[in-house]
Amino acid sequence: MSDFLLEAVHITKTFGEFAANDDVTLRLKPGEIHALLGENGAGKSTLVKMMYGALQPSDGELRWRGKPVRIANPAAARALGVGMVFQHFSLFEALTVAENVALALPDATDMAALATRIEQVSRGYGLPLQPHALVADLSVGQRQRIEIVRCLLQEPSLLIMDEPTAVLTPQEADQLFVTLRRLAAEGCAILYISHRLEEVKALCQAATVLRRGKVVAVVDPRRETAASLARHMVGVDVADVSTRMVQALGEAILTLDHVSLPADGPFGTALRDVSLEVAGGEIVAIAGVAGNGQSELFDAVSGERLEGVGGSITIAGHGCAARGIKARRALGAAFVPEERLGHGAVPDFPLSHNVILTRFAVDDGMVQRGLVNLGLAGDVAGRVAGAFDVRTAHSDPEARSLSGGNLQKFVIGRELDRRPRLLVVNQPTWGVDAGAAAVIRQALIDLARSGSAVLVISQDLDEIFAIADRIAVISRGELSDSRPTGDLDREAIGLLMAGAHERGASERAAS
Amino acid sequence: MRLVLERRAERSRLMTWLSPVLAVALTLLAGAVIFSLMGLDPAHALYVYFLEPVLWWWSLEELVVKAAPLVLIGVGLAVCFRANVWNIGAEGQLTMGALFGSALPILWHEFQSFPVMVLMLMMGALGGALYAAIPAYLRTRFGTNEILTSLMLVYVAQLIADWFIRGPWRDPQGFNFPKSVQFEGWQLLPTFGDGRMHLGAGLALVAVVVLYVLMSRTLKGFEVRVVGTAPRAGTFAGFSSKRMVWFCLLLSGGLAGLAGICEVAGPSGHLQPAISPGYGFTAIIVAFLGRLNPAGVLVAGVMLGISYLGGEAAQIDLGISDKTAQVFQGILLFFILACDTLILYRIRLLRSQTAYGDAGR
Amino acid sequence: MTGLEAVILTIITASTPLLLAAIGELVVERSGVLNLGVEGMMVVGAVCGFVAAYTTGSAALGVLAAVLAGMAMSLLFGFLTQTLATNQVASGLALTLLGLGLSGLIGESFTGLPGVTLQPFDIPVLTDIPFFGPILFGQDVLVYTSFLLVFAVSYVMTRTRIGLVIRAVGDNHDSAHALGYNVLAVRYGCILFGGACAGLAGAYLSLSYTPQWVENMTSGRGWIALALVVFATWIARRVLVGAYLFGTVWIMGLYAQGLGIGIPSQVLSSFPYLITILVLVLISRNRTLTKINTPACIGRTFVPDR
Repeated sequence: MSDFLLEAVHITKTFGEFAANDDVTLRLKPGEIHALLGENGAGKSTLVKMMYGALQPSDGELRWRGKPVRIANPAAARALGVGMVFQHFSLFEALTVAENVALALPDATDMAALATRIEQVSRGYGLPLQPHALVADLSVGQRQRIEIVRCLLQEPSLLIMDEPTAVLTPQEADQLFVTLRRLAAEGCAILYISHRLEEVKALCQAATVLRRGKVVAVVDPRRETAASLARHMVGVDVADVSTRMVQALGEAILTLDHVSLPADGPFGTALRDVSLEVAGGEIVAIAGVAGNGQSELFDAVSGERLEGVGGSITIAGHGCAARGIKARRALGAAFVPEERLGHGAVPDFPLSHNVILTRFAVDDGMVQRGLVNLGLAGDVAGRVAGAFDVRTAHSDPEARSLSGGNLQKFVIGRELDRRPRLLVVNQPTWGVDAGAAAVIRQALIDLARSGSAVLVISQDLDEIFAIADRIAVISRGELSDSRPTGDLDREAIGLLMAGAHERGASERAAS
Repeated sequence: MRLVLERRAERSRLMTWLSPVLAVALTLLAGAVIFSLMGLDPAHALYVYFLEPVLWWWSLEELVVKAAPLVLIGVGLAVCFRANVWNIGAEGQLTMGALFGSALPILWHEFQSFPVMVLMLMMGALGGALYAAIPAYLRTRFGTNEILTSLMLVYVAQLIADWFIRGPWRDPQGFNFPKSVQFEGWQLLPTFGDGRMHLGAGLALVAVVVLYVLMSRTLKGFEVRVVGTAPRAGTFAGFSSKRMVWFCLLLSGGLAGLAGICEVAGPSGHLQPAISPGYGFTAIIVAFLGRLNPAGVLVAGVMLGISYLGGEAAQIDLGISDKTAQVFQGILLFFILACDTLILYRIRLLRSQTAYGDAGR
Repeated sequence: MTGLEAVILTIITASTPLLLAAIGELVVERSGVLNLGVEGMMVVGAVCGFVAAYTTGSAALGVLAAVLAGMAMSLLFGFLTQTLATNQVASGLALTLLGLGLSGLIGESFTGLPGVTLQPFDIPVLTDIPFFGPILFGQDVLVYTSFLLVFAVSYVMTRTRIGLVIRAVGDNHDSAHALGYNVLAVRYGCILFGGACAGLAGAYLSLSYTPQWVENMTSGRGWIALALVVFATWIARRVLVGAYLFGTVWIMGLYAQGLGIGIPSQVLSSFPYLITILVLVLISRNRTLTKINTPACIGRTFVPDR
């Protein structure tokens, strides 16, 4: 009998020419919390997908308790005792919690009994859930609980967690760690995928670091520093974004005054009484757990949604509540939405056509007498690609063919190229590799330093602390007062993310 | 063995051109199989069906007569479908265009000077556009799916036309036949060649050129393409999806209406219950075969025109039903859609050892 | 036979084809697929049912042929939209255009021939009960099948695991795939079921409603069935209500025509279509109702990554 629960031995996985995993070996012991570290694109997801049966290795083998196994599909993995909590939840919004759990259990037929078990198990592990609630009505944190409980009900010997804290408040994350430690104490192995190094240091007993598909280190994270772990991940010391010059702030360029917006459909979040000012020269960040009204706020500020907007929005001194996004761009504002493909860029269009998308109404000569100047658009695309190091296979590729980081650099570069007076960007580095993220953050700081106003909506607290001058927190559609970054720490932000500032919350408590 | 799709990094330019050619070739192959199943010599049957119509001058003229309405409606639908607006009620808009356009010559028969033609064409386009405005209004105001409403309105339009032709607009001297008075003078479209080819063909060509420029060079065309493939990006650019629904439905409805009045004032010369042999539906195939590109629609319209003529010829020469034409058109649309998959995907045949998972790239 | 009894009997005959086609399409749409080819599958079912029954003399074989024909058509749609990932709207339209042409071709030499009628049940004693007898016990097998299907589909969708999986696939195909469900297989199954139901609806038209073949005899019923699914907000029991509502409207039009009121027949004939539009508008006005129940993946293609 082997000491190890699951071993991935000399695993290689190729997609065409590209080796996503190259001779990767990883060994997991029962009761161990093992970190899998690596940048985006390092091959972490590919590796765990093979462990979960969603992909098959091209070479090498998996061993379960010392014996070679072939995990043909996720159902086989679950039967073996492997549970997985995906970063992108595999949940069904229109179904209830119990139904969502039942779908992951092959022989759950008695729904009433299942509901009882869900209640028991979820409460037992400190993750309470109501079995008959519709998933659509639940917060992101609660949704993650469903994923976890779904795994726990199968009494797994191995639990794989893909970036579980990315969507949680610090307090929710702490609660999760308690649960994970308890599971480990019961003998369950946990493979913990993350790039949050502090977390890994606090939680894990071992760490395997991947870089470009290869294992570059197997370490005990408790004996490492965050900096040494980062060096393993990236290979070189990560350049910090340069600190900002202290400078006098300009006039307010964006002012939101008691802005409200009804929810878009039954599953949306309504904005309530949002007020905020962003002055020239500063970066204001809005923190918050995903799904708390960030995209609604973006829609209201950008003017993508005009119907139902209450309060006033002023850009560069002009009242904008009734002006659409084109008019706001004409006032010098620029916008970068969260979703790159399909929102910030048209996937099927080459980059040059995607330049036209946001600039046809503001650039001289882009459109003349109704005719589009494709030559000029091509020039701009080339200029943006050059300035922001957008790497492309050929001169004017379709947006869909770019990697996440390259496309994000293009989408942000397209706006920065205009030298906007106001930039509003939602999740600027979500799913972007560390190199591109550094370029993007530096560009945002440089823009603010040149006197423009920058509003950043982000879930990434590290990013917010690195670049923001002031921070406000959004929770259930309500925005807290903003405070200088220096006056805040993670605890304080965590409390705000959990809704401490909500007037709605106090009203609910009072009634 | 099973088929799996593998997404290409970018759309294949080669396949964009090759796919319609492949679809036509496969349709001809299917045709040969069908003909031999019917006990006919497939080579001869295909010759009669697809080649003979283009060998004689008179049949070429006839081809233009058939292709003109298909192209006129097809270009409008191509713009519509590009924008993801599913107007499938062109047949109804055609009928309404025919009715509106016929109002002048029927109600004011003495008005036969040149202006009447211009007014008739304008009325025709107006009728089609107004009729298409109904689904546009319902979609933009209430969010009602335009597919079902535009289609339901086809049946309604045909019933309305039927009522007019059997009722108030029936020719009093027409021996009770359900038809209107015969149009005279400028109430009829000018013809070219040996007689049947009419102004409608010219209008179709103009529509192709205008919409080709619109789609490839103008901001409006850009807007259509953005809203169609990535609606969120369209909103982000500042394009209104509601205005786009209106634009597309009014444009395609107007063109269908124009085709309707051209049919009445051209080949038939009077209003009768059967205004078109389903041009409004066949134009859907034309739009797809033409790759939703106005220039492609021109070629596709001619090809579908051939299938109509071939159907008639086959009925006479081979004694087979003219319904085969409709079957061919349906098969052709299937093959186009199937071949279009090749633009975005590579197709792989896999030996399936297990149902799942072993399909590693 | 009283007047009311006759009215109810004709309402049943008008509603049954709508009900059969709609309940099949409901399952298809619940799995996240929009098959606009109902009209095409139905009309091919009608002609194949008629031809098979006419040549063999057996109505039962006619029904079987219609079901198989409907399934064959739907298989074509499934291959295109599932295996080849084509646009579902366009493929559905193609199916309808092909179906209308194909049925015309197959049925051409059978037009106007006297068909075989599907015999209604005739249970002695029970059928003789005045009023209720003929209505409850004197129908043919397809009428009972239509009711059975509604209850079966309602039960399966809400109470069984198969139904849960179908709803899951329709709500989020990526999640279903991640959990190891074969999305394409589930959808193929639903599409085939929808084809079988459309075939049954066609068989009812050409073997019971009017036992003969008339070109385009479905006259838009397939499209109305599609509207019915929206009207029912994808809930099986409501399809029953909707189908009978439409059937009633249809028959009222015919009766009004018969009464010779001064309304032109064309106005009355357009009633079902106008009512369909009206109902669609009323339903779509209620955004929350439709949005909550609409299968989130409807019409979206799914290509499994590997």
